Amino acid sequence: MAKPSNSDYFTHRMWTFFASVKLSVVILLSLAVTSIIGTVIPQNENLMLYHQKFGDMLFKIFNTLDIFDMYHSWWFRFLLCMLTVNIIVCSINRLSSTWKIIFPKKPSFNINRFRKAKNHQEWSAANSPEVVKNAYTPWLSKRWAMFKVESSENGYLLFGEKGRWTRLGVYAVHLSIILMVAGGLVGSIFGFNGFVNIPEGESVDSIFLRNNQPEIKLDFEIKCDDFNFSLYESGMPKEYRSSLSIIKNNQTVVQKDILVNDPLRFEGINIFQSSYGKMPATDLTVTFTEKASGLIYKKEATMGTPIEMPGNSGTFIVEDFRPNFSFRGVNLSNTFLCKMIPGQGDPEHIIIPADFPRFDMMRQGDFVISISNADFKYYTGLQVTKDPGVPLVYAGFLFMIIGCYVTFFMFHQKICIEISAADGKTSVMAAGISGRNRPGMNAVIRRLSNQLKKLS
Amino acid sequence: MTSSEIFSIITFIYGLATLLYVFSWIFKKALPGKIATAVTAGGAMGNLAGIILRWIESYQMGIGHAPLSNLYESLIFFAMTIALTHLFIEYRYKLRFVGVVASPIAFLVMAYASLPKVNDAIQPLIPALQSNWLIAHVMTCFVGYSAFAIAFGVSIMFLLKPSGNGPQSGIVSRFPDFDILDDLTHQMVMFGFLFLSIGIITGAVWANQAWGRYWGWDPKETWSLITWLIYATLLHARLMRDWKGKKIAVLSCVGFFAVIFTYFGVNLLPGLHSYQ
Repeated sequence: MAKPSNSDYFTHRMWTFFASVKLSVVILLSLAVTSIIGTVIPQNENLMLYHQKFGDMLFKIFNTLDIFDMYHSWWFRFLLCMLTVNIIVCSINRLSSTWKIIFPKKPSFNINRFRKAKNHQEWSAANSPEVVKNAYTPWLSKRWAMFKVESSENGYLLFGEKGRWTRLGVYAVHLSIILMVAGGLVGSIFGFNGFVNIPEGESVDSIFLRNNQPEIKLDFEIKCDDFNFSLYESGMPKEYRSSLSIIKNNQTVVQKDILVNDPLRFEGINIFQSSYGKMPATDLTVTFTEKASGLIYKKEATMGTPIEMPGNSGTFIVEDFRPNFSFRGVNLSNTFLCKMIPGQGDPEHIIIPADFPRFDMMRQGDFVISISNADFKYYTGLQVTKDPGVPLVYAGFLFMIIGCYVTFFMFHQKICIEISAADGKTSVMAAGISGRNRPGMNAVIRRLSNQLKKLS
Repeated sequence: MTSSEIFSIITFIYGLATLLYVFSWIFKKALPGKIATAVTAGGAMGNLAGIILRWIESYQMGIGHAPLSNLYESLIFFAMTIALTHLFIEYRYKLRFVGVVASPIAFLVMAYASLPKVNDAIQPLIPALQSNWLIAHVMTCFVGYSAFAIAFGVSIMFLLKPSGNGPQSGIVSRFPDFDILDDLTHQMVMFGFLFLSIGIITGAVWANQAWGRYWGWDPKETWSLITWLIYATLLHARLMRDWKGKKIAVLSCVGFFAVIFTYFGVNLLPGLHSYQ
């Protein structure tokens, strides 16, 4: 006999390693246990926050292990990969023997195995074996996919079999996992998950990804014609509605109102209602009132652009806007976050609530600043995704449900009815065997016997 | 009568059924057991009637939706699925003892729902829940949970029952044979696993519909996956490595703790599924 080469030996070792159900159990439990981490430590937050929360040491360890984005970490993916290989190897390993059972060259029935079955039931019939056989045959042959009658020394043996194909159920379940993993992979390579805010009346043709990746350009423009939200009497949100238009080559091709559970789908790209916000609609008028002289200076400003303050006292920028701003527990509502850079000294951050023009007096500065004439408009926050892996994943879902049902609630069953003459009477024995000695088989035989007793 | 009043009565009925089952088991009397079954059936019907009435009430308030939208409503529905699953087992397998563990669970669930900290007001649906998937998702999940709850009860019986061949006394030894308990645990886990799978899948399809992703590692999603993985382990260990008895009973208990955490514990963590 030729000595197996080292590489054959290695392949064989690898194969047996991955063909083990012990490995499956270990991987399943490892996935379960490690998954807990990501539910206790919130994922994908700002690294600064983690640093504050865990301290330097723990932060470094966690960060190295990708704990802050653990479901996309190399080790979690490694576990998923191991599971997939394990499933594939196990399935291939067992499929050949299952195949032989499902498509045997010669279907065989061994009467002794039935006689030994614990579930067998016996009764006697008044008529001769021949008559009993003829009474049973039509009823049984209708219900059992494979049915045959054999003569024995002193009577007949009736064999029935069905549900061979149900042995494939477990392979459907395993295939479903592979489909889902494949779908997830396709989605993460060819898909994206981005977001964009569009003010009412405006349109965009590119979207942003999370994690500071470059923006994605779309083949079309998304225009927000209108945004509305309504509340219940209790103040709970009732509906968010964005009226969107898809504009391609300067032509409106689709118009649709989207709701939280009713997205817009266009050319493989899905647009979901995700959030909303309020922003200033027009240029702002910033009013500077000089305390010493009482003189009033008005200046036009846009967000983000510095303007000169009166009397060369520095520059002023309206940096940001918050529709709600909590100040000592009071909601100031429409509030501008501004920065004042004096000619000398450090820049100063100040808040200017649009609805309270005298608010800035509290600051005790040289100027009292207020912002007026601000018209507000809403913007809609849209989630924009593309995931070509979804059909694979959905196919996986289907296989999972069908496969689980078949595996758990249907099984391969073989039955035998032995009819024999003894002491002038006819005795009947019914027994069944199934793949894993299912308790379900006992119920099948019980019901079968009750039916047959009525027939004879 | 309002649905809330009906639910108070149902709590009492499940409590009564529990007493009758326990009485029948301790004193080896068949009659109280039969009455207990009838009482449970009545309770389950009343429970269903209450849910339907609550559904109607929500329409009368002008915020009509299936009563499956908050913790209170889910508890009420959970109690009903436990009672119905238990009755199904009693009928199908002719096993009355299941009531000894199933009825107290249904009773405790109803009692928990009536605590003042659980808000029993009919609330309108927030936009995220305004979908027909809500019904399919919640129903399948809770049918699964109810099967796991009963598997848990039966596993506890298994673990309490004294083993060995010595003389057996005491009421715990009057639990059914190990084989029956073991087999029923397995049956219930398979049943629960199928429904949990469908529950997770309907949830995924819904999430893809509403938020543009079928899986987002939200704590509730992750915990349902953890539960699924534990029961998948149990099924593999049993079918492929012939684990039986105690080990399976322990795994079934661990699985049910995961169910409980998926249901309640996740509310302590931030996420889309936390009940308001």
